[in-house]
Amino acid sequence: MRQDHWWVVPLVVFLVLSAFVVYATWAAFQNQHYVYENYLSPFYSPLLFNGGDTGVPGDGHQHSWFGDKPSWWILPFFSPALLILPFPAGFRMTCYYYRGAYYKAFWADPPSCSVGEPRKHYWGEHSLPLILQNIHRYFLYFAIIFLFLLAYDAYCGFFFDNDRDGEFTDFGIGVGTFVLCMNVFLLSGYTLGCHSLRHLIGGWMDKFSNAPIRTKCYDCVSCLNRKHMVWAWCSLLWVAFADVYVRLCSMGIWTDFRLF
Amino acid sequence: MTQVKFKIWRGDKESGEFKEYQTEVTEGMVVLDAIHQIQAESANDLACRWNCKAGKCGSCSAEINGMPKLMCMTRLSDMNLEDPISVEPMRAFPIMKDLVSDVSWNYRVKEKIKPFKPRKPDNADGSWNMQQKDVERVQEFRKCIECFLCQDVCHVLRDHEKHEEFIGPRFFVYSAALEMHPLDTEDRVPDLKKSQGIGYCNITKCCTKVCPEHITITDNAIIPLKERVVDEFYDPLTKLFRIFKPKRGDD
Ligand code: SF4
Ligand code: SF4
Ligand code: FES
Ligand code: FES
Repeated sequence: MRQDHWWVVPLVVFLVLSAFVVYATWAAFQNQHYVYENYLSPFYSPLLFNGGDTGVPGDGHQHSWFGDKPSWWILPFFSPALLILPFPAGFRMTCYYYRGAYYKAFWADPPSCSVGEPRKHYWGEHSLPLILQNIHRYFLYFAIIFLFLLAYDAYCGFFFDNDRDGEFTDFGIGVGTFVLCMNVFLLSGYTLGCHSLRHLIGGWMDKFSNAPIRTKCYDCVSCLNRKHMVWAWCSLLWVAFADVYVRLCSMGIWTDFRLF
Repeated sequence: MTQVKFKIWRGDKESGEFKEYQTEVTEGMVVLDAIHQIQAESANDLACRWNCKAGKCGSCSAEINGMPKLMCMTRLSDMNLEDPISVEPMRAFPIMKDLVSDVSWNYRVKEKIKPFKPRKPDNADGSWNMQQKDVERVQEFRKCIECFLCQDVCHVLRDHEKHEEFIGPRFFVYSAALEMHPLDTEDRVPDLKKSQGIGYCNITKCCTKVCPEHITITDNAIIPLKERVVDEFYDPLTKLFRIFKPKRGDD
């Protein structure tokens, strides 16, 4: 029997991940306060359609790709986040690091190393349903596209509407600009250290000396990959914080301080 | 100098129990020293396996306070000596006597893995040309001392007893060393998926945690092999793309 506090780590993972899932789901269904001026919450990006009927000021017209809520939408509720969140959610759900972490924290399979298990039968990722985890690399392709989209949002974070002419063209830097840039930085560190990317970019080769550029890329991804867990947690917490930041600014609770 | 209590598992295949012993611990001692001292003082018939006392032979694997460890590399000064220290044999394998378990299953598994199959020699004298860069990755795997602590901690073997369908982390490391070798031309990926059960690994990284050679088993061996399995079995796009790529072993 292990005598140390082996349950601490799985418990923390359980609490933090659960809190994130609860918050993200709540935020995704809000359909309001996802835009503050030139800042767009990462939970709502890309903003394919604007929520439209929220009635809040600055409700995202300048960010929306295809205008307001589409007429063909038949479900009783609408939130633009629901259209895009499955991609980042799927990416994290199938991430090798998170898999290992939530199998322990949520399934107790095993609860922790060398600690006995509550059940006998076991399929692992050998058969359905968990064999589906093998599609992780397809989520990776989307995640890379999302990096560009979020980088664009961060870029927009530099352009304010100082003169209130409805055009976001006045260069400036606010705390929110930093929040959105940091989000892209952390998500890039996480996404570009992905195990699947590491494989696709060069890990599948057995002979590196023939492909110097590919090897360089492989080394860079490997370098990020070594701290994949740290990137995973930092980017997860920050993306939630970025949403909180935009939300509270939009609700008027927080003020977005401007450096200039 | 302190008197420290040890709870040592005594028994054989059929049955056994923890027995308490006490011995004097002095500076610099490791758990194996304490076991030897107890053997000399109060339990002459205590069975334990060891050889190098330097963390290199992989013989002295045991579970210390419930965690798989090498007895010769576990310093008593790093442990809480107030409470009794438990020492028991590896639980994923049949027990022979006291601290000795029967690890022969591992040797049988190893025989089933397709051996190294190098490409034709590059030079007339039968030698090959290789660059350091190309062998760096597999060098990590060659540090393995076959202590089987990773096999012991892996819940697929330890709790789910899938010894027939799953070869365990040690042999994923071994397969990776062969599979990623720049000279090797064999394809072990179908075996890994079908008869060797790589899908059972749920990447919980306990093997990495206990490896005394600090081999990054999960990240550098198992996950890359899982990705190779995806290439061959689950990803039509990559497969299509790779048709135009040179075959393994070609130069
Ligand atoms: S990572 Fe896989 S092989 Fe290693 S201990 Fe966990 S389940 Fe076993
Ligand atoms: S991989 Fe590490 S833990 Fe496993 S047998 Fe080799 S040295 Fe021991
Ligand atoms: S393995 Fe974590 S993102 Fe791909
Ligand atoms: S005695 Fe050789 S590894 Fe411990």
